[in-house]
Amino acid sequence: MKQSVFTIESNDRIAENTFRMALTGDTSAFTRPGQFANIKLDGFYLRRPISVCDYNANGLILIYKTVGEGTEYMSQLLPGGKLDLLTGLGNGFDTALSGENPLLIAGGGGVPPMVKLAKTLIAEGKKVTAVIGFNKASEVYCEDALKKLGVNVFVTTADGSYGVKGFVTDVMKSLDYSFFYTCGPLPMYRAIRKTVRTEGQYSFEERMGCGFGACMGCSIKTRSGAKRICKDGPVFDSAEIIWEEPKK
Amino acid sequence: MNEAPNMKIDLCGLELDNPIIPASGTFGYGYEFAELYDINILGSFSFKGTTFEPRFGNPTPRIAECPGGMLNSIGLQNPGVHAVIENELPKLKKCFAKKVIANVGGFSVEEYAKTAQLLDECEQVGLIEVNISCPNVHNGGMSFGTSCEAAAEVTRAVKRATTKPVFMKLSPNAADIAAIAKACEDAGADGISMINTLLGMRIDPKTRKPVMANKMGGYSGPGVFPVALRMVYQVYEKVGIPIIGMGGISSAKDVIEMMLAGATAVQIGAANLTEPFICRDIINELPYTMRKYGINDLKEIIGGAHNG
Ligand SMILES: Cc1cc2nc3c(=O)[nH]c(=O)nc-3n(C[C@H](O)[C@H](O)[C@H](O)COP(=O)(O)OP(=O)(O)OC[C@H]3O[C@@H](n4cnc5c(N)ncnc54)[C@H](O)[C@@H]3O)c2cc1C
Ligand SMILES: Cc1cc2nc3c(=O)[nH]c(=O)nc-3n(C[C@H](O)[C@H](O)[C@H](O)COP(=O)(O)O)c2cc1C
Ligand code: FES
Repeated sequence: MKQSVFTIESNDRIAENTFRMALTGDTSAFTRPGQFANIKLDGFYLRRPISVCDYNANGLILIYKTVGEGTEYMSQLLPGGKLDLLTGLGNGFDTALSGENPLLIAGGGGVPPMVKLAKTLIAEGKKVTAVIGFNKASEVYCEDALKKLGVNVFVTTADGSYGVKGFVTDVMKSLDYSFFYTCGPLPMYRAIRKTVRTEGQYSFEERMGCGFGACMGCSIKTRSGAKRICKDGPVFDSAEIIWEEPKK
Repeated sequence: MNEAPNMKIDLCGLELDNPIIPASGTFGYGYEFAELYDINILGSFSFKGTTFEPRFGNPTPRIAECPGGMLNSIGLQNPGVHAVIENELPKLKKCFAKKVIANVGGFSVEEYAKTAQLLDECEQVGLIEVNISCPNVHNGGMSFGTSCEAAAEVTRAVKRATTKPVFMKLSPNAADIAAIAKACEDAGADGISMINTLLGMRIDPKTRKPVMANKMGGYSGPGVFPVALRMVYQVYEKVGIPIIGMGGISSAKDVIEMMLAGATAVQIGAANLTEPFICRDIINELPYTMRKYGINDLKEIIGGAHNG
């Protein structure tokens, strides 16, 4: 983990309630796709965790949805502004597990980390397929970014206004893959779990106090005991996860 | 005249290089922060509240935010005192050469005593800090820290179990915190730590439900600083034993205010979570802030606000 100040290069709306922010700064603490940054915002006590969508030696890309006051505030920041980030947080996806033709599955706010993951897998010579799901056409993003990398991309929308009508699981059924990586909401995970035919890795979210393992705010029970989503995760192997039924 | 200002303080025979101590629950068992900076610069630190049995704690979400800080309902997640002694303390020894403060939680008087007794044998433990904000399972879940009799009973039991200095960590949710402090002193406590978190809650207007799964949680952070300061000031007038002051401290100036109110040393909690280098930064800043206020020897200002 590192703490450093980044400069905002651009901050643009790319879909409904969805923004893409490019920042320059010290990215040396990032070692894997699926890691995240914890962002200090003026006027908010806790930092906001956002996955790193893509990064290189000079900067990084964040894609975020405006869901509350913090992300709303972020969407109004202008190029040239500075942001204090904790970088290189979390374990990230393990691309060594992927096999020859991995499948990436993402829903809504879970799509961003798939970009760097796809880039890494392709650089390692793997054949990558992605299924990304949204509610409706106006929310779709990252399709082109993934296609440009050479990923075979399927888009689903719940209302059928773009791509395949339905959910990511409707497309997955007819695909062949060696391993899967997924990021998205819990209801999507419950459906995926019943559909997948291989091992895989799931990325989890929780409200965080620190984001680097100090407060026990983000604990999850796994088959190898209590883990912290921010430090031992956010990515967990499918075999590790204990699936609890949704609370009423 | 231009000598480096003296930051050393004495806590019941424990010599600290400076009064800065990360607070229990915000610094794990130390080694997360040892990756960030050399934690040997700290006066000491108070490790995560440890109970006799291992505990997973409360369901998530356990964290909520408010403008002046945060709420937590961790529920004392910890691996249990045996695992702490076998695994965590040896790991800590590799990155921290000083004495550590053992923070002990419990749900019965016997549990506090059993846990303290095991920690008494650890050479790394400099003093024992007893968190009495926990609910008493034998008394309808009422917190030990809100009743003078219960607080005194825990104090006596822990004092019998250990020869190390015992600091009772008080809850600000008590009706008269100074009376609780006095009851602990009379029961043999060597010092007072204060304050723990204030009970609070948040509700999400979109879902119309409490934000945290446990509904309520402890409020801490800069918003509680004036309350903590006032309580330390009041307790200092009532007791003769040293006080470790905490609650919302986020700068070297806050440290000086807290010591003027009556604290011998201070702890820093929530601020470690949002600014992981805060304790290092405060230690570096303290000599300059001391000079600014004309302080050459930090221990001379303890309780300074009560003179005259
Ligand atoms: C590891 C990780 C990676 C993430 N990556 C992304 C990403 O790439 N893009 C994206 O759009 N979002 C991502 N999120 C979710 C994002 O952190 C929340 O949407 C954001 O914190 C909401 O802040 P807010 O102030 O707008 O909402 P508010 O509801 O006003 O926030 C109040 C508090 O709740 C927390 N919170 C609210 N929703 C969430 C949530 N879903 N997860 C965790 N904390 C939450 C906030 O951090 C804050 O402390 C990620 C979350 C985690 C844990
Ligand atoms: C996430 C979190 C966990 C905590 N866990 C404990 C604990 O296990 N034992 C304890 O005595 N106090 C615990 N506390 C209370 C702090 O040690 C401290 O008393 C309080 O937060 C006030 O200081 P602050 O405002 O600087 O955070 C915890 C506080 C936080 C924020
Ligand atoms: S958010 Fe603090 S331990 Fe994970």
